[in-house]
Amino acid sequence: MSCCAPGAEMALEVANAASAVPSSDEIKLASRALGGDSHQTDLSVPAVHCGGCIQAIEAALAKLQNVESARVNLSTKRVSVRWHGDEVPALFATLDRLGYEAHLFDSEIQEKDKTLSELIRAVAVAGFAAGNIMLLSVSVWSGAEGATRDLFHWISALIAIPALAFAGGIYFRSAANALRHGRMNMDVPIAVGVSLAYAMSLYETINHGEHAYFDASVSLLFFLLIGRTLDHVMRERARTAVNGLSRLAARGSVVLRDDGTREYVPVAELMPGMRLLIAAGERIPVDGDIISGNSDLDCSIVSGESAPKAVGAGARVQAGTLNLTGPLTMQATAAAKDSFLAEMVRLMEAAEGGRSRYRRIADRVSSLYAPVVHLAAFATFLGWMAVSGDWHRAVTIAIAVLIITCPCALGLAVPIVQVVAARRLFEAGVMVKDGSAMERLAAIDTAVFDKTGTLTLGRPKLVNASAIDPGMLAIAADMAAHSRHPFSKAIAAYGGSSGQPKPLSVREEPGFGIEAVAGGDIWRLGRRGWAGWKGRTGGEGKYGGYGGTVLSRNGSIVACFAFEDAPRSDAMAAIQQLKTAGVSVDMLSGDTEKACSEVADTLGIENFVPALLPSGKVEWIEALTRADHKVLMVGDGLNDTPALRAAHVSIAPATAADIGRKAADFVFLRESLLAVPLAIEVSRKAGRLIRQNIAIAIVYNAFAVPIAILGHVTPLIAAIAMSASSLIVIANAMRLQAAVKTLPEVVQTRRRADTVEVVHP
Amino acid sequence: MTTLIYLIPVALFLGALGLSGFLWALRSGQYEDLDGAAERILIEPDDGPKK
Repeated sequence: MSCCAPGAEMALEVANAASAVPSSDEIKLASRALGGDSHQTDLSVPAVHCGGCIQAIEAALAKLQNVESARVNLSTKRVSVRWHGDEVPALFATLDRLGYEAHLFDSEIQEKDKTLSELIRAVAVAGFAAGNIMLLSVSVWSGAEGATRDLFHWISALIAIPALAFAGGIYFRSAANALRHGRMNMDVPIAVGVSLAYAMSLYETINHGEHAYFDASVSLLFFLLIGRTLDHVMRERARTAVNGLSRLAARGSVVLRDDGTREYVPVAELMPGMRLLIAAGERIPVDGDIISGNSDLDCSIVSGESAPKAVGAGARVQAGTLNLTGPLTMQATAAAKDSFLAEMVRLMEAAEGGRSRYRRIADRVSSLYAPVVHLAAFATFLGWMAVSGDWHRAVTIAIAVLIITCPCALGLAVPIVQVVAARRLFEAGVMVKDGSAMERLAAIDTAVFDKTGTLTLGRPKLVNASAIDPGMLAIAADMAAHSRHPFSKAIAAYGGSSGQPKPLSVREEPGFGIEAVAGGDIWRLGRRGWAGWKGRTGGEGKYGGYGGTVLSRNGSIVACFAFEDAPRSDAMAAIQQLKTAGVSVDMLSGDTEKACSEVADTLGIENFVPALLPSGKVEWIEALTRADHKVLMVGDGLNDTPALRAAHVSIAPATAADIGRKAADFVFLRESLLAVPLAIEVSRKAGRLIRQNIAIAIVYNAFAVPIAILGHVTPLIAAIAMSASSLIVIANAMRLQAAVKTLPEVVQTRRRADTVEVVHP
Repeated sequence: MTTLIYLIPVALFLGALGLSGFLWALRSGQYEDLDGAAERILIEPDDGPKK
């Protein structure tokens, strides 16, 4: 398809079976203006994977007219193209010719990750300071005395200032924020410990004291920041991979003005009453009524119905459905903000459930831990005051208690395990968007699945191929290759080398089927009533079935096709694994009872509820939650989105609707449904390791605190104890990497191909 | 003691040099595409200087 004047070639597009490519207006809308008439367009190209790809893409794009530069980013699998002028270069056609599937990337999500660069800078500064202070401290521990020791302490104090200001700032802000809201998190004891340690060390330095804890306070920050940065990097990688998926909602639409002119208008500016032209392969942008044209609509992502719906003039269409076969003219009846999609977003916001009530393990632990530690330090101070009456000594020992209990290991215990677990899942094609998601997933006891697009692929599959005369099947496949209707695609999959003459001319009748003329015969593939126009003659009885799709020769039916929505690969195995893991499995669907019971029977699901509205799904999940179940929702459609949000934790496939992918905690990129039990297994293992790590940290404190209270802690002992506990916690977390190696092979293979399999549904 | 007077500044200066080098590399975008940088070294440039 060429990339100019979308309206002009709509009639031609029908015959084109390629998937829809964004129109030039849409590209322009999604690009960023760079001043002058330059624009930058960001494309996500999931299939880029080597130096050859970089070279091929950059060379080909740079040759296009108007393109100033093209640069591939291999890590994020993105291409950013700078171009100038009014005419949009044929970016998609070029990439398509090279064999790369590309999709537009929204420039607004492309904003630079400020948090990450702040974290990395903080790690660098803290690392520099910790290294230098540690060197000076080593000389103090090995016996530097008098003026030399004072000098070293002073230099350490100076180096520590930027580290505290820059790296510590992250913790101080977070702690202050938590306290302002009357909550307690892990950063509060860290901030208190670090700043008190610094203040006391400074006091000691001024008074020519022996013990200064500059090294402890800075290296503590350094260790904790490493954990925090790794955690952030992991989640960012997952989020980037999800953002790079193709966008399923329409960005805009061609509006037919009263004076006959055509104009491309962004979705937000579409008003009720406007007449819109929807080409085949485009999504309906807003709710409306069809004025003219016949076509089939794929509603699977909106309502969960698996079979395409034939529509004609007068039919009502919902925003988000995909126009499959013919161009349509429709009249908008609602603006985008009142359309079905927006309705889902509102339901979703109202359903804000499990996740906002959930408090992370680390926060729950620290709300118990911090008061105990601070009280212990205070009691130590009072005790030493009572025993020795030495004000200075009592304060020094109390602060040593705070430093030794400062939750270095505790602060690392949770993020390190989650980083290792998220990495493990990332390699298996499961993106974790939120650290707390894994904690929540480990607790679930009920899994609720959507049917269409989740348990099934949302793509029909021919089920009676073996019963059809191979010659007829080959003819049908040849004809079907000319259409993008899901049934046609299913039939075309059986095409191959056939001895039959190729159909001479093929014509698609949107909403009805395909007609071909070959060897003087008229072949029709499509609806029974249309293709078999000679009524009940011919072999209807012989070829059996009441299926709606038939192949006819000169009006007599010669073959009948039956379709079924194919279950996702490994769906049965995945459900079996879930049941073994003690999770009960339910299915909620917007589809008919008959379609649901078929799928439920094949997959062995006992409980299912058909014909549910989006709000019905939410109510169902809320009812389960009230009955004290922790619910996992797995779904892909727009209609599942509120339910995804209402559930305790949620998983969506990569083919899900945009807002569904945004709402879900996990997104799996590969076709296999085994990703769901895998995610649960890894999360549960991670949960166990987190508990072990917290236990280790508490045992460490049980030993260290008495020593500190008795006043035996020197800076050397503090440094050794803190590093040792951190190393033990990290080593324990690494066991997850080894423990999950015993997984099914399907998920293990194909690392490079992570996002390649993502296709338009 | 006298050796410390110049050794410590030298040590700190070298450390700071490394730190500022890292921060500069970060800011100039050298960490944005680590995989790409590894592959690009194998790409032969076209003949002649770039425009």
